[in-house]
Amino acid sequence: MKFKLWVTLIILFFIYSFYVYIYSCSEKQPIQPNASVLSGWKVWQNKNCHTCHQLYGLGGYMGPDLTNIASDANKGSDEYMKTFMKYGTDKMPNLHLTEQEMTSLVSFLRWVDKSGKTRVPRESVHWTGTYIF
Amino acid sequence: MNLQRLFIRFALVMLLVTVLAGVIASFAFLFPASFNSVLPFHQLRPVHASAALFWIITGAACCVGYFSGRQSKAFMVIWMITIAVIFLNYGFNNYGGREYWEFPAYLNLPLLVAWLFFMVVFLKRLPKDAPVYYWMWTSGVLFFLITFLEQNLWHIPWFRESFLREVTVQWKANGSMVGAWNQMINGLSVYLLVAISGNAGLAQKKKTWFLFFLGLFNLMFNWGHHVYNVPNSNWMRGVAYAVSMTEWVIIILIIRSFKSSLSAARKFRHLVVYRFISAAEFWVFANLLLALLMSIPAINRYTHGTHITVAHAMGTTIGINTMLLLAAFGYILDVDNLSERTRKWLQVAIRINTVSLAVFWVALIVAGLAKGYLSVDHPENSFFDVMKAVRPYLEVFTAAGLGVMIALGVIGVIYLRYSHERHSANKKEITM
Repeated sequence: MKFKLWVTLIILFFIYSFYVYIYSCSEKQPIQPNASVLSGWKVWQNKNCHTCHQLYGLGGYMGPDLTNIASDANKGSDEYMKTFMKYGTDKMPNLHLTEQEMTSLVSFLRWVDKSGKTRVPRESVHWTGTYIF
Repeated sequence: MNLQRLFIRFALVMLLVTVLAGVIASFAFLFPASFNSVLPFHQLRPVHASAALFWIITGAACCVGYFSGRQSKAFMVIWMITIAVIFLNYGFNNYGGREYWEFPAYLNLPLLVAWLFFMVVFLKRLPKDAPVYYWMWTSGVLFFLITFLEQNLWHIPWFRESFLREVTVQWKANGSMVGAWNQMINGLSVYLLVAISGNAGLAQKKKTWFLFFLGLFNLMFNWGHHVYNVPNSNWMRGVAYAVSMTEWVIIILIIRSFKSSLSAARKFRHLVVYRFISAAEFWVFANLLLALLMSIPAINRYTHGTHITVAHAMGTTIGINTMLLLAAFGYILDVDNLSERTRKWLQVAIRINTVSLAVFWVALIVAGLAKGYLSVDHPENSFFDVMKAVRPYLEVFTAAGLGVMIALGVIGVIYLRYSHERHSANKKEITM
């Protein structure tokens, strides 16, 4: 009995996992990342940007969440973002990125921004406590 | 040298690195200008996070291997060497940039090989009357492998074609992996309770089996609260919400058994090993309650991406996992037969840790509430303004972190000092 229950749960886990991999994404046709985006993603990982910044609220707390920075009316220009990357701030050290690395990092952040919004609007909260999208 | 003892020492060194790097990192967080030219926060955090991760997994695997009598030398050697190489890479600023798995990705391969060696030795057919802790250990060891592989699915280009898919799978794997090591560590706790009380029936009680299957069910399906705010399909959020709410049953069971837990605590209070288990019981209740509240999407909207998430992560890793692992190591090292003076030191350190952790935990929750309110309900606030408002609570958190470091440091050093092999007539080993 115990073994059967254990095996059943494991089988359900695998079925659910594959379902999540294939159907969880709400984007009907995700925008394919181009070479510049993939290169920027690599810079993001190699420089360990997630230790200080978040994407969709996941990551460190030293700097702001950057999910939708690229669509921000004041901060979303290439120049604005690159200035931070180039000189750092009193909190962010200068990571000595090359022009190429900064350009690809901006491409990556623009691609992330297009995947959706990180903030859940108040009107999306149902009375049962869940969200409605 | 006895490899098993070396493995124990290695795990304890990981604990000491965790607390030391954690405290320095929290100072670097508060005073970045002073640290950025020497040891910036973004270099300290991977050391802290990786040391914590490896303290827990190494500790759990070490104790499970020891108590089951199924130890793989190849696992221990490859595992320790790979971790040493990981920290060497951090020294050269080589990172992999994944949460928890912050080292260059190719180092996952030797870790995988090592774990497979452990599994080959550990996994055996369980007899019909096998106690529940063997089921917990088996599930934990198996699911660590599954989630470790899942964590590396991003190497397949298809998973990177959508950022939403990639981030969802990453946090699905991370969430379930925590459940995997919890299975191993909770199994150790049941084993120790059986060993201390001499009552083998504890590992066959209906309630214990029920909690095992409920924990396994949640390991598999409740991870979705990590990605509630990611604009995924709604059904996924619903599944995670519904599954998470089943954990209220555990809260009810803890409250119902409070009286018997208290009498057991009085009966075994002279045992240092039991003191660790008792401390962990309190943190199970507190962190489970916090996790349940965070799993309600309407509340998660405020807590996600705030210090409340850190409070939960640190509350469980320090308050539950570390306490139970120190109990298990204490049992292996037979600390209850050390001198009266040394045991007193250990008991005082447990108290200091509990009090410091309580302050640390509350400070993070208050910081998270402030950040959540100021950024969600008042999006006009800049990130700078929000962090300025949160800073006093983070100063309290850092001060309390010093207390945690001192307490766990004292325990770690005492354990390291007495980690050579000693024989005791009082210690009971359980065989299956």
